[in-house]
Amino acid sequence: MLQTSANLAWLIALPLFSSAILLLIGKRANSWGHVMACIVSASTFTIGLVEFFAMQSRSAENRAVTQKLFTWISVGSLNVDAALLLDQLSICFVLLITGVGTLIHIYSIAYMSLDLDRRRFFAYLNLFIAAMLLLVLGDSYLNLYVGWEGVGLASYLLIGFWNQKPAYATAAKKAFVANRVGDAGLSLAIMIAFATFGDVSFSGIKEQTELASTTQLTAIGLMLLLAACGKSAQFPLQSWLGDAMAGPTPVSALIHAATMVTAGVYLITRSNFIFDAAPTAQLMVVIVGGITLLFGAIIGTAKDDIKKALAASTMSQIGYMILATGLGPIGYAFAIMHLLTHGFFKASMFLGAGSVMHGMKDEVNMRRYGGIGKFMPITALTFGLAYLAIIGVPPFAGFYSKDKIIETAFNAGGSKGLLLGITTLLGAMITAFYMTRVVLLTFFGNERWGHKDEPAESPALMLIPIGLLSVGSVVSGFFLARGEALVHWLEPVVNPLKEHHSGEFLSPIIVSLLTLTAVIIGISIAVNKYRSAQADLAPEKVSILTTAARKDLFQDSINEAAFMRPGQSLVGRLLKIDYLVIDGLVRAVGSVSLTAANKLRTLQNGYVRSYALMMVIGALALIAVIWSVTA
Amino acid sequence: MSLLTVIGVLPLIGAIILAVVPSKNSELIKKFALGVTLIVAVISILLATGFDKADTKMQYVQSNSWISSFNINYAVGIDGISLVLILLATILLPIVVLATWNESDSGRWGVKSFYVLILALETLMIGVFAATDLFLFYVFFEAMLIPIYFLIGGYGSGNRSAAAIKFLLYSLFGGLLMLASIIGIYVISGNQIGATFDLAQLAILEIDNQTENFLFLGFFIAFAIKAPLWPFHTWLPDAAKSATPGTSVLLLGVLDKVGTYGMIRFCIELFPDASKTFTPLIITLAVISIIYGAFMAIGQSDIKGLIAFTSISHFGFITMGIFAMTSQGMSGANLYMVNHGFSTAALFLIAGWMMARRGSSTISDFGGLQRVTPVMAWTFFIAGMSGLALPGLSSFVSEFLVLVGTYTRYPVAAVIGTLGIVLAALYILIPVQKALQGPTTPGNENLKDLNIREKIAIAPVILVIVIMGFYPKPVLDVINPTSAQVVTNAGFTDPLAQVSK
Amino acid sequence: MAIANYLYLSAILFTIGAIGVVVRRNSIVVFMCIELMLNAANLAFVTFARINSNLEGQVVAFFTMVVAACEVVVGLAIIVTIYRSRRSASVDDASLLKR
Repeated sequence: MLQTSANLAWLIALPLFSSAILLLIGKRANSWGHVMACIVSASTFTIGLVEFFAMQSRSAENRAVTQKLFTWISVGSLNVDAALLLDQLSICFVLLITGVGTLIHIYSIAYMSLDLDRRRFFAYLNLFIAAMLLLVLGDSYLNLYVGWEGVGLASYLLIGFWNQKPAYATAAKKAFVANRVGDAGLSLAIMIAFATFGDVSFSGIKEQTELASTTQLTAIGLMLLLAACGKSAQFPLQSWLGDAMAGPTPVSALIHAATMVTAGVYLITRSNFIFDAAPTAQLMVVIVGGITLLFGAIIGTAKDDIKKALAASTMSQIGYMILATGLGPIGYAFAIMHLLTHGFFKASMFLGAGSVMHGMKDEVNMRRYGGIGKFMPITALTFGLAYLAIIGVPPFAGFYSKDKIIETAFNAGGSKGLLLGITTLLGAMITAFYMTRVVLLTFFGNERWGHKDEPAESPALMLIPIGLLSVGSVVSGFFLARGEALVHWLEPVVNPLKEHHSGEFLSPIIVSLLTLTAVIIGISIAVNKYRSAQADLAPEKVSILTTAARKDLFQDSINEAAFMRPGQSLVGRLLKIDYLVIDGLVRAVGSVSLTAANKLRTLQNGYVRSYALMMVIGALALIAVIWSVTA
Repeated sequence: MSLLTVIGVLPLIGAIILAVVPSKNSELIKKFALGVTLIVAVISILLATGFDKADTKMQYVQSNSWISSFNINYAVGIDGISLVLILLATILLPIVVLATWNESDSGRWGVKSFYVLILALETLMIGVFAATDLFLFYVFFEAMLIPIYFLIGGYGSGNRSAAAIKFLLYSLFGGLLMLASIIGIYVISGNQIGATFDLAQLAILEIDNQTENFLFLGFFIAFAIKAPLWPFHTWLPDAAKSATPGTSVLLLGVLDKVGTYGMIRFCIELFPDASKTFTPLIITLAVISIIYGAFMAIGQSDIKGLIAFTSISHFGFITMGIFAMTSQGMSGANLYMVNHGFSTAALFLIAGWMMARRGSSTISDFGGLQRVTPVMAWTFFIAGMSGLALPGLSSFVSEFLVLVGTYTRYPVAAVIGTLGIVLAALYILIPVQKALQGPTTPGNENLKDLNIREKIAIAPVILVIVIMGFYPKPVLDVINPTSAQVVTNAGFTDPLAQVSK
Repeated sequence: MAIANYLYLSAILFTIGAIGVVVRRNSIVVFMCIELMLNAANLAFVTFARINSNLEGQVVAFFTMVVAACEVVVGLAIIVTIYRSRRSASVDDASLLKR
């Protein structure tokens, strides 16, 4: 029997109410709204910490706690409670969401200080926190689904925060629709799960997993993967993430780097009992992860917009995580580890990018940066730390988490393992290349901004959160990996030690050396290419590969050609068919009667003589009939 | 006299008083109409509190002989399904009256006739959901057309006369087929148990298959036109585009529910075998409606046409849930009727205010409303989100129940239906982007935000949408027993989970 | 003389009357043709009364005369009115009923 805790609901209720209050009160809350939002966010972090320490003090089997709020939907055999579950997996997320969330709240006070709608921004941020916490705390797929779409809504609102610009509004819509495709997958997964198990809660399904056939589990697994692809911007639903950078930078850091986009990893990890029993689905997970990690990395090499380069990197890093989740029980823990370290270093980088933009009058084109390191030393330092973390230099955080994934990939066995290992290594190399490129173009080299004003360092309110996050990107990996702390912590949820290791293909030392070599190759290519002074315009004549990467490997063109245009022409045709055929038939009934009536009306010409003639003809016809009948 | 009769007759008395008392003071007339509808709403809530949720039999029954030579009775009563629909009607009416305060001023026949018609319509709406005598139902069913006809034709806009006539003829055509079926089943009852129009007795008739199929079709086509189901839908967009927003709310929010309600109450309860025969066909039509309506909605440039087509898509969901013949599908469909009523009401009322302010119903004439009229934009946004079934808002629960209930019996239909939720994102977000976001369209800079009256009118609707999303239990508790009963009586049991516990 | 000849005469008179109604335009002539048809019918009635040796046919003939007299009154009044308003006695000019 699980223990109950009365605190969980507050985690969600506090930010939700705060958000509602800020939206309802309106302009009157302009002066204090952001402060309240920050306090609320900080208090959720505090609750998270309290729960974490309470959890730590209990034995491994008794750590999970639940809270039943009320009966939500109950029809026939379908019974869904609004209930929350906090276990070892969700507490990781709770701390990440509320911790990074609070820092980003504080950062936003300064970053958004000149925006007239700052209060509304904070309302959306709080709404996001509430929805994201519901996502990771829900104890059934349906509760998760509420949070799942809730974060989608918050993301939509925040991407389109500056929706006066039509392009930004379109980006928001695109994100929502791509997410909805994933959501449809999740709702199908829930339907299949209910038809199979008669239950939609995690615990209920977990108990019965063994009874179900592989086909059923594979179907559920694939649908969950589709959901994960939508939310986590994985191939083939990845195209929205780049455009999502239209949102204010703190949003990109919180939602589109650290938390929401990793929800897919959470979903797959949470559903480990399904994927472990459905090898085909698991293989698909690995394939999707592998494709995306290269896909994102390649796009990242050619982007001149600093935020889009970071977004491509996010996509690629989540590809790593998804790939890891597809590698069986041990992979889940490493995926979560990479997710947590990524949360630190990527948020730090995004906030750093925001700080640079702040100093550069919202310029995002790296070709117009250069030599900023001199003017913004703290930003440059923190960005540098996060940079070292993401490319996986020991002993920074990324080293621990990424090497583990590469190692697990190599050890997956056989040619599959080799292929995956090489993919991940290649990814690491490209990552090193494009991240070095970003750093060089931004902080080093010649000054390419076209104006006289020197960029000034950002205020402390922005620098402190960045600093804290970069500290996290330095040390978090060490703490999580020390004595396999996270692996043991997550053991009750994902059973990582259940799997019998089939012997190591490559030892950890060799993997680390290989990775480091790949990283060094990547760095040196980038240094070689971007060492010299750069022009402030992107070169026109570039290889086909670069053109493809600049155009996001044609993802939008393909989507447009495959879905948007056929969809539009279908709509156009349906509009015509509806009017001409379906409504046409209805109108035909009317027009036929009208025409017939008009024809018959000519008989009524008003001439007495023609009426009389008709009477005579009628009488004669009558007589003829009587005659023919009687004769 | 049953409380039900009181609720039904009150608006009619109000209408008569309004018609007889000579008064040219239109404010007074409006206030009187608002008062009457409010009283009815309050009494109907009293009715709901006295309703025994666990009992699946008809409650608040009353039966008086009306035309004794044909054994026609004034017989009324409600169960869970009809109770929620009556509540939907009685609660929406004062909201509509309040929200569309100035709608009737420019009509063809003046303010007074408008409210006489509205009040008369309320009586008929309550009657149609409360009738337990087939003949009485038919009378209400057809009589309802009259006030709506005049409301569209006399107070609408654009091509109102043509739309009103199309609506009337289309509905009469369906009604005629139903009348034939009613006479048919009456004759059969005469041969077997003594001629009667009593629903409970008609349900136990033994009818041979072919006859039952024909009788079923007579009813079904009438309801499919009313609901409306593809391909009988073309009257709805025309009517919705021409009617005033308030009339559209009543038309889509309440009147069309008579179609789906009739499918449950008459098609399935009276002809379970024929229902079984036609289920594949109906599910197919429902799925087509879902997808077709969604695509058509995406292509609309007129905001009223858009809402009309989204409704066609939603009616597809409701019909699919009904004929899935599972307790989840049936309850979900019933809940969907209520939820759709409220979210469509919100959408139409706000769209109406937008149109009144801008003087246009073309979506692209709006733009940037979020900055000019934040409250109006936000309420529209919330209503739209309910329309795309965002979890946490009311429609989600019902849409999910319908899909889950359908999946357990007809997986393919549910999978295709799920496509509808992707399309829903498009048909809601495209107008949201065009109308609420982006730069402010020239000419919209000085639009007024909602005034107090409009805020008071829309607040309860938004509140219901939010509360029903988080806590649908009170309504589900009323609906569940009756829905389960309908499924059981039709000879179905819920498919069991594929693995045994 | 065979009694059937009266019937032939009656039929001929009726046909002449009917043709007159159909082909003539002057309303007075049309009117007289109608009278001719009525009287043809009267002749047939009387003839049948003679054939069957009873009075019923003759009684009906009287009724017809009474009705015809009424008709003359009303019809002439209409014709006079039409003539007054249209300055014409042609039936084709009084075709207002078509719309």
